[in-house]
Amino acid sequence: MRFSIDEVAMKDAYIDALMELAEENPQIVVLDADLMNSNSTIKFLKRFPERAINVGVQEANMLGMAAGLAAVGKIPFTHTFACFNARRALDQIYMSVAYAQLPVKIVGTDPGVTAAFNGGTHMPLEDVGFLRGIPTMTVIEPVDNVMMRAILPQVAAMDTPVYLRVNRKQPVKIYAPGTEFTIGKGKVLRDGDDLTIVATGILVPEALEAAEALAEEGIGARVINMFTIKPIDAELLIKAAQETGAVVTAENHNVINGLGSAVAEVLSQHHPVPMERVGVQDLFGEVGSVEYLQQRFGLTSEAIVEKAKAVLGRKNS
Amino acid sequence: MMLEREEQQRLEELAKEIRIATLEEFGHLGFGHIGGAMSIVELLAVLYGKVMRYKPEEPRWDGRDWLVLSKGHAGPALYATLALKGFFPYDMLKTLNQGGTNLPSHADRNKTPGVDMTTGSLGQGMSTGLGVALGLKMDGKDNYVYLVLGDGECQEGQIWEGALYGGNAKLDNLIVFVDYNKQQLDGYVDNINPLGDLRAKWETFGWFAQEVDGHDVAQIYEAIRRAQEVEGKSSVIILHTIKGKGCTFAEGVEFNHHMRFTKEQIEQAIAALKGAEGNAV
Repeated sequence: MRFSIDEVAMKDAYIDALMELAEENPQIVVLDADLMNSNSTIKFLKRFPERAINVGVQEANMLGMAAGLAAVGKIPFTHTFACFNARRALDQIYMSVAYAQLPVKIVGTDPGVTAAFNGGTHMPLEDVGFLRGIPTMTVIEPVDNVMMRAILPQVAAMDTPVYLRVNRKQPVKIYAPGTEFTIGKGKVLRDGDDLTIVATGILVPEALEAAEALAEEGIGARVINMFTIKPIDAELLIKAAQETGAVVTAENHNVINGLGSAVAEVLSQHHPVPMERVGVQDLFGEVGSVEYLQQRFGLTSEAIVEKAKAVLGRKNS
Repeated sequence: MMLEREEQQRLEELAKEIRIATLEEFGHLGFGHIGGAMSIVELLAVLYGKVMRYKPEEPRWDGRDWLVLSKGHAGPALYATLALKGFFPYDMLKTLNQGGTNLPSHADRNKTPGVDMTTGSLGQGMSTGLGVALGLKMDGKDNYVYLVLGDGECQEGQIWEGALYGGNAKLDNLIVFVDYNKQQLDGYVDNINPLGDLRAKWETFGWFAQEVDGHDVAQIYEAIRRAQEVEGKSSVIILHTIKGKGCTFAEGVEFNHHMRFTKEQIEQAIAALKGAEGNAV
């Protein structure tokens, strides 16, 4: 299967959508910690200089200031690489934002191996785990520009904090323009009855490729894009487990505390079925191209196919 | 700008009432963060007795001035003040730290009427206070933000992130107070990680900085008015205070950040305050 690459980087699709919202809603403000050029928030600064704040290299202060701005009715969006926006400022996210019930929108860019040439120091493979452990937090990983444009108004309207895990680069095109999405509802991308592949982010096209490869061998794989990791769509997962009897998860994250864990939490309680998790196997990140790192950590369609066969073996034994 | 003699006496009386109410509040419990609560009492008396605009019957009134108690462990002193000013019934002070209470150990904006910000993890109120001040400025509002830091808290990196940003942002609707009571949980600040010339540090970061006796209501009041007259600068007032001030069993005691105490100790401390005239506690 060949996917076409979007000519628009997701960071640009994001900021264009945010500027459209900000045109109508004067409460939307943008904060960035010295990555305005990397994150395209510089465009927002040029268009709304009075509503864009570059705090400099101060992630903890940025998250706290965003909470204060929310307390006076602003809708703040904070921006920096996910390793800083989630990991470095975690205590501020926990207390000043979530515990204080101040609905800051946290945009972490370059998740997982998409941090590529910044290497292991900058590679958040644990951010979903950190953030989904915080009550009230919604965790979303948009897969393409169509989804990003569709969900951003919903994100802005939420009165609870949101973590958006965003690959800045040009994404593959998954959805047709006009597709609708609801936060908290997974999206079935392909039907199948033999097993279900649940994927997010850059593993979604890999999952679709894996399903294609499995189909050639007569195996029907259902593919779910679980773009909202928290709150997870338990209903859709339970139905898929009941109907297909086997599940493989696929994520650009540590297999501990990420999507795979979230799916396992639901299924082990409500409808246990054989399950395998594709993701980084509790290792630190490394430097290299995204393609290299996907191979290095087994974040590929081949790895999904392998796990699919393993889980089918368990299902049928 | 000078505080008249009668006003001064009124605020000193209020400070005494806040101390007594705080002691009664702690007394029901038998333990608590008494040292840092006692050292900010005169500040609270000046703010809630004279300076701040607020409506007890409408705690989130949008015309109010904000108090961000970044040293959130001093919450009980703030609760005592809010109760005395009618934000909630005085009797509620008895519920401090009891299961299901609206008066938790550390200040919580979602639990206590009149508490404007959730604090407790030190350093964080610096940034949330900046955000509130900035947001009010964006909307062209004239509300003030009063932000209270501890001295031990000034060892947190986030304070100096905020100090740098706040100095550059020139938020003349923001007045920061440092409760410089010279003691932190493990002992004297100077023996642990000294703050050096604190005023010079804030000045270097671009702030209008003053130093006053934090137990002198007139000095506190006059410093606030001077700060309000300064345009185009964020302000800080360093309050030289005594940890445990005015509490017979806590003042001058080395480890008085969090203490256990008996009912008798509380009664004696309250009796001493009731017997004392004005500021001479």
